[in-house]
Amino acid sequence: MIDVAFALLAIITVISAILALEAKEVVYGAIALSLSFVGIAGFFALLDAVFLAMFQLTVYVGAIAVLILFTVMLVRREQWLKAKEGVHSVLGVLVAIIVALGLGYLVYASTITHVTPSVEQAPFTLIGSQILSEYWFAFITLALVLASAVIGAVVLAKLERD
Amino acid sequence: MEPLVNYLFVSAALFAIGVYGLVTKKNALRMLFAVEILINAANLNFVAFTRYLHPTTVTGQSLAMFSIALAAAEAAVGLAIILAVFRLRKDVDVSEIKGLRG
Repeated sequence: MIDVAFALLAIITVISAILALEAKEVVYGAIALSLSFVGIAGFFALLDAVFLAMFQLTVYVGAIAVLILFTVMLVRREQWLKAKEGVHSVLGVLVAIIVALGLGYLVYASTITHVTPSVEQAPFTLIGSQILSEYWFAFITLALVLASAVIGAVVLAKLERD
Repeated sequence: MEPLVNYLFVSAALFAIGVYGLVTKKNALRMLFAVEILINAANLNFVAFTRYLHPTTVTGQSLAMFSIALAAAEAAVGLAIILAVFRLRKDVDVSEIKGLRG
């Protein structure tokens, strides 16, 4: 019933997501986080979204994970260990269990359980034409958001030498 | 292929992990990790729903691409803020950063 690739990917993704939050060293956490991103890319590939899988690999694993690693190494001192971890851990686990059970129940009680996969699939070239025709405004807005975010990040991180 | 529910269960598990991280962690970087995990769970849902419910369209993939790009912008600004706060306060514990508290 359950595909081996799917089961492996699910285990890798969930466990490395937990490790990202729970690893003692933040550097190991960042590496586990990038492994979790790779797992999500694998899910995209399983869902026949190969282009999106490549996009996820380049943007998340290639850019965001490396950016996070850079920041961790720039900031790394005793401060990482000094920051108190798991202050409300009982409350956190409780909230997480409630969220997981609630979402799981919603999915389980819906009619979605009867959906069967179809063999037909859309070519990924549709993504480009859809972004440029139907979602052109969101595309342009996103470009502006990215530009302003980059400028803001540079201004924020700039060293002021007086 | 897998039934759709399995993808939704994995996504729900990731979402719960992200919520747990946001609630418990005091370290600013860990909170950023948790937000990234949440965004990934949402993206997985987008793609899975499109693949199963509207297999001839790519709307979910387009939205997931937008979401990934937004997450990149968010990570850049968030990390820059963390760096700036660290340089100012020598600390990344969000409960210690009280300068903006009213």
